Amino acid sequence: MPKFNMNPKKNPMPSQDPQVRAHNFKEVATGYTEEIALDESQRCLHCKNMPCVSGCPVNIHIPDFIQKIKESDFEGAYQIINMTSSLPAVCGRVCPQETQCESKCVRGIKGEPVGIGRLERFVADWHNAHSTAKPEVAPSNGHKVAVVGSGPSGLTCAGDLAKKGYKVTIFEALHLAGGVLVYGIPEFRLPKSIVQKEVDNLTAMGVDVETDVVVGKTLTIDEIMAQGYEAVFVGSGAGLPRFMGIPGESLKGVYSANEYLTRSNLMKAYKDDPVTPIMKGGKVAVVGGGNVAMDAARTALRLGADKVYIVYRRSLEELPARREEVEHAMEEGIEFKLLNNPVEILGYNNPDDKRDPKNGNVIGMKCIQMKLGEPDEKGRRRPIPIEGSEFVLDVDTVVIAIGTSPNPLIKNTTAGLDVNAHGGIIVEEGTGKTTKDGVYAGGDAVTGAATVISAMGAGKVAAKAIDEYLSNK
Amino acid sequence: MYKILTKEPLNPTVTRMWIEAPLVAAKAKPGQFIILRVDADGERIPLTVAGTDPEKGAVCIIFQIVGATTEKLNHKEAGEYLQDFVGPLGVATKVDGLKNVCVVGGGVGCAIALPIAQELHRLGCKVTSIVGFRNKDLVILEDEFKAASDELIVMSDDGSYGRKGVVTVPLKEKLEAGEKFDEVITIGPVIMMKFVVATTKPFGIPCTVSMNPIMIDGTGMCGGCRLTLNVDGKKVTKFACVDGPDFNGYEVDFDEAMERGAMYKSFERHAYDEACNLFKQEVK
Ligand SMILES: Cc1cc2nc3c(=O)[nH]c(=O)nc-3n(C[C@H](O)[C@H](O)[C@H](O)COP(=O)(O)OP(=O)(O)OC[C@H]3O[C@@H](n4cnc5c(N)ncnc54)[C@H](O)[C@@H]3O)c2cc1C
Ligand SMILES: Cc1cc2nc3c(=O)[nH]c(=O)nc-3n(C[C@H](O)[C@H](O)[C@H](O)COP(=O)(O)OP(=O)(O)OC[C@H]3O[C@@H](n4cnc5c(N)ncnc54)[C@H](O)[C@@H]3O)c2cc1C
Ligand code: SF4
Ligand code: SF4
Ligand code: FES
Repeated sequence: MPKFNMNPKKNPMPSQDPQVRAHNFKEVATGYTEEIALDESQRCLHCKNMPCVSGCPVNIHIPDFIQKIKESDFEGAYQIINMTSSLPAVCGRVCPQETQCESKCVRGIKGEPVGIGRLERFVADWHNAHSTAKPEVAPSNGHKVAVVGSGPSGLTCAGDLAKKGYKVTIFEALHLAGGVLVYGIPEFRLPKSIVQKEVDNLTAMGVDVETDVVVGKTLTIDEIMAQGYEAVFVGSGAGLPRFMGIPGESLKGVYSANEYLTRSNLMKAYKDDPVTPIMKGGKVAVVGGGNVAMDAARTALRLGADKVYIVYRRSLEELPARREEVEHAMEEGIEFKLLNNPVEILGYNNPDDKRDPKNGNVIGMKCIQMKLGEPDEKGRRRPIPIEGSEFVLDVDTVVIAIGTSPNPLIKNTTAGLDVNAHGGIIVEEGTGKTTKDGVYAGGDAVTGAATVISAMGAGKVAAKAIDEYLSNK
Repeated sequence: MYKILTKEPLNPTVTRMWIEAPLVAAKAKPGQFIILRVDADGERIPLTVAGTDPEKGAVCIIFQIVGATTEKLNHKEAGEYLQDFVGPLGVATKVDGLKNVCVVGGGVGCAIALPIAQELHRLGCKVTSIVGFRNKDLVILEDEFKAASDELIVMSDDGSYGRKGVVTVPLKEKLEAGEKFDEVITIGPVIMMKFVVATTKPFGIPCTVSMNPIMIDGTGMCGGCRLTLNVDGKKVTKFACVDGPDFNGYEVDFDEAMERGAMYKSFERHAYDEACNLFKQEVK
């Protein structure tokens, strides 16, 4: 009879002290030790029907890898995860486990679920630290495939195809590969070295990564296909920022979250003597309640803001961000202005001096309080403004994190590639095949802003479909 | 990495370089731009494509040394490499069907205006070029403009070269004399473009301006390059990198654009001084 650990709580994640980490960009959660991982693995009951597996978008064989941890066979655990996932060090860190795998875990019925994500991360980190195995270079099958974009969907699709012997070239618009994993998600949540390692693995497998190529501008999809690429996977993400459409959004000190995070992460404005500027210090309001908003708010804090607010129009229950990030943000001292909606951003204006350099600087944000009304079609309660409740929040930087949509650049330059009303590329379920022959798509470019694991899953699905398509051609 | 093929100073603060970038050279049209990084960890800066040689796979850039990055760029020599060079970005200037155009350039904006004048000239359009500089030492590309224009008017603020005065003076004279341009295309400092628009407006002639806000990615991802247009009384937000850089001059909110352009002034000054100090130390 195996011995289980019946502790109702999962092992807490060792983390940097909130007071300390609020001022540095080092990773907040430091990860389970071997000892903690073993203890946590004992909480898994190895359920026969494996409800947790159905909660994972790529169906990682969760009880099996946890079993290997119990046996202290960490490399074995990694190999099991690796059968279905190619970015465990990333997903273990950033998956919204509470709505995916862990939401289905039976241990969650009476207590907390097994810390599946934390164990996954432990296994991946253990592998990265200990494994010396070089990725295998598969013998070439003579087919060439192009991948547009180097986010999780593109990296995964490229990796799976390279393993089958395809000659894969990734075309990336920016100067660095990794997509949102490098320009969006900050260092303190996902160290850039982890992403770089994944990219290095791909190049070691023979994948070419061509940065500085904006598909649709530098090369079109048709031109890529004319160069002998027999199939193209489009994983160009959902990078187009949305603004609120309220007065004052073009004032100095108003950023889209993409600009704010790109300046800090990709352009390294968080370093001591950066080449790219960013407004630091002062009081910052971040509008929105998703992971992007949490990342922007916590970045602002680390850049030296005196006070950071999250302004969100619904209540705590509706916050779409990962629970852990919300908790971390609260611990770090970020103030949540819930049930509030901005109506105008106010700017400085010196009527006597048109050349006053302060003109156009943000000096406040007018908000209106909200209450929750009846649930909408999706079951989320609709926020309704409370008349006469306007007030001004005293801030000098505003970061808008209310969502992004797919960039129309590729659609506009590719005849025959159809998109839906939201700009998402239309694909066939289960294959990722688009309306254009030989072109596949997946990730945020199809679904709109979603998750790393779903983008990775879409890359896998498309790699399989592309392989079938080219094998039968 | 992108090789610098040639480098040549045009005046004490403006340099011309040809860069090896075959993909860009094959595609770029007048009015489009590139984004480069001089070295790893460098800033991304936009520069207009000032010419292409698709056969050699070469792209021409002309830049003014105004800050840290352009200073660093100017320290690179032919045979050395740039870290990144991506493009062509933005929408090409619309030149189809134009028969009689006035191109108005100011300072380094003339480098951006030149390929447009050349293209119009090649298409058989009548080109009147008005180019303005602060003084004689800063005049660039005069011969090139001469070759691409039916008439060239050179202005200098202090009268040390060409005619004395700002570019709007001869523009107004022409318009008042009844010259029926199909379009006025202007490129230069925002304040100059604002005045060119004001000069042209009473005559009801379309006026295109080339905006150059601060950019990062150049692909429509950050929104930092946004500007506000007034379209039929409604405010519309556009991204200069994907919707522009050319816009209808009568719609652009220039005052806002000027304010946004000055957002990082103190930071830029500091970075420039740092870069200069670094080079001074190297020289020692
Ligand atoms: C700040 C932030 C925090 C997030 N936090 C989480 C989280 O905690 N958990 C989670 O699961 N998800 C999170 N997400 C969402 C997740 O990162 C995305 O769903 C995921 O990265 C989508 O992957 P993708 O491969 O579809 O595209 P992306 O990661 O967006 O990559 C697309 C790539 O394509 C490139 N590209 C675009 N257009 C072109 C073109 N024309 N030519 C060439 N290249 C092009 C882009 O430069 C980019 O590199 C977060 C997102 C953001 C922005
Ligand atoms: C589409 C586009 C095309 C351009 N084409 C050219 C060109 O062909 N030749 C050329 O010399 N310059 C061009 N510019 C301007 C050029 O990008 C800036 O001069 C450059 O970014 C300055 O970088 P820096 O680090 O040297 O200076 P910084 O220290 O960043 O800035 C120094 C000064 O330049 C101003 N400045 C900063 N960024 C810009 C900007 N994007 N545009 C205008 N002024 C800016 C600042 O307000 C400051 O006064 C273009 C800009 C855009 C947006
Ligand atoms: S990939 Fe994400 S959802 Fe799947 S098991 Fe890991 S943490 Fe859970
Ligand atoms: S549901 Fe929970 S306890 Fe059961 S196998 Fe999955 S992780 Fe283990
Ligand atoms: S430069 Fe980022 S959107 Fe235009």
